[in-house]
Amino acid sequence: MCGIVGLFIKRKSLEPRLGELFAAMLDCMASRGPDSAGFAIYGATVPPGQLKLTLQHPDENYSWGELAKTFERQFKAKPPFTVNSTHAVFVLSAKEEALRHFLRQEHPVVRIMSVGRSMEIMKEVGSPASVLDRFKVRQMGGSHAIGHTRMATESAVTTAGSHPFSTGQDLCLAHNGSLSNHNRLRENLKREGMEFQTDNDSEVAAGYLAWRMKKGHSLSQALEHALKDLDGFYTFAIGTRDGFAVLRDRVACKPAVMAETRDYVAMASEFRSLSSLPGIAKAKLWEPEPAAVYSWSVQTE
Amino acid sequence: MSKKLTTVDLARTSVRELNQALHHLSARTKQKHWQILEPRGRHAIACGLNVPVLVEIAGHAGYYCAGMNQLATVIIHGNTGVGVAENMMSGRVHVKGNASQSAGATGHGGLLVIDGDASARCGISMKGIDIVVKGSVGHMSAFMAQTGNLVVCGEAGEALGDSIYEARIFVRGKVKDLGSDCVEKEMRDEHRMFLTKLLEVAGLKLKPDEFRRYGSARQLYNFHLDHAGKY
Repeated sequence: MCGIVGLFIKRKSLEPRLGELFAAMLDCMASRGPDSAGFAIYGATVPPGQLKLTLQHPDENYSWGELAKTFERQFKAKPPFTVNSTHAVFVLSAKEEALRHFLRQEHPVVRIMSVGRSMEIMKEVGSPASVLDRFKVRQMGGSHAIGHTRMATESAVTTAGSHPFSTGQDLCLAHNGSLSNHNRLRENLKREGMEFQTDNDSEVAAGYLAWRMKKGHSLSQALEHALKDLDGFYTFAIGTRDGFAVLRDRVACKPAVMAETRDYVAMASEFRSLSSLPGIAKAKLWEPEPAAVYSWSVQTE
Repeated sequence: MSKKLTTVDLARTSVRELNQALHHLSARTKQKHWQILEPRGRHAIACGLNVPVLVEIAGHAGYYCAGMNQLATVIIHGNTGVGVAENMMSGRVHVKGNASQSAGATGHGGLLVIDGDASARCGISMKGIDIVVKGSVGHMSAFMAQTGNLVVCGEAGEALGDSIYEARIFVRGKVKDLGSDCVEKEMRDEHRMFLTKLLEVAGLKLKPDEFRRYGSARQLYNFHLDHAGKY
């Protein structure tokens, strides 16, 4: 099953309430996905040249300060960081590849959840309510967020198997459905140099989009190709630095409903999740058409 | 407002309690008019009713609203989720907004009226229900429809009436394409008369000649090797 929610704030004055509004939406989807939950939130953007690195370690008492010191030795600058439960967000002036290489060599247990200038991905095993509490999501602000509640069907219930999956800098994917050609596709993508952490089908979809965009395709082009190359059921919610996109497969078995007001654009697997949003009674409501790419964005910078 | 109006606020009462109360009504009940407040997309509201009462839902309902309905009239003043009036036996269900996919699925009887659009698979496997959609329907509508009538005042999406049996489809607007074994058929007087009546019952003043009729070519009833690619 699984549940997906997305909220994109149009009215700037509402941005401090993003976490609060988003948390109610995600919590409501617990019945579709009680196993694990996660979200990608787009908060403060760091200046060009810097990167936000969201890391995870299974031990909640892990010493992120020690890790920061090793960063300092390697990259010659002390990175500011904030710890949030099992996750920590570092801000660094370094290239992504160098950071990935360094972490793989020096801290193989630490997992990179996301890299970008705005996006932070956090996810854990447990009920959506416990995940929302653990990361204090209600207190977060930002422009937009994508969330997922998981009912695992294709692979193990683990943190790494939870959604959203990062698909590149400030890009992420949440998936409701199941892919049937993910094993072959994973092998093909591995030959193209893509890396995978799990046996999860959705991670393959994320890897596929990341690979397409690495080859120079735009997000819309990558999604158009996905319609041909991905076999299975899916409703995707894709987060980008300045917006989000939604895509359903041609058969459109997996539900999705959208709402738009002057203040926000929201999507959810079920209307229930939208019912707590302000002004929803007068919102424009519709179901995204099958095999059509929907996207929203704001001009930033 | 009627004195006998019974109001249930789903912000305070669970759907299970509401449905239980509706199931306990006898055919001679004096609580003939129910108003359901704060539905907020909750699932299975007013399911399994089997007495002639009027239930009005003030807002958007979730999945399987008014499912398995018998005798009752259910009016939804908003949109409905997947499977509104699924497996309806008799009575009337009226959606004032849009309906999600599989509206009226497997319905055996009664009338489902949708003022807005219905998405994919409207009337899938219908078995005698009449469905009138004032807007358009999505892809694969009337898939494997067995008996009953699907009337679409707007347009129909891809693969209309795929693998259809003896149900009748009437569409006023464009049909994107027809599914396997579904063909356009002649509109005869008997169909005009029937459609006029059904449109009237649904509260519409449209002329039957504005519609085109579709039904089964009856080529896929039994397996035949020549048709293997079409199943």
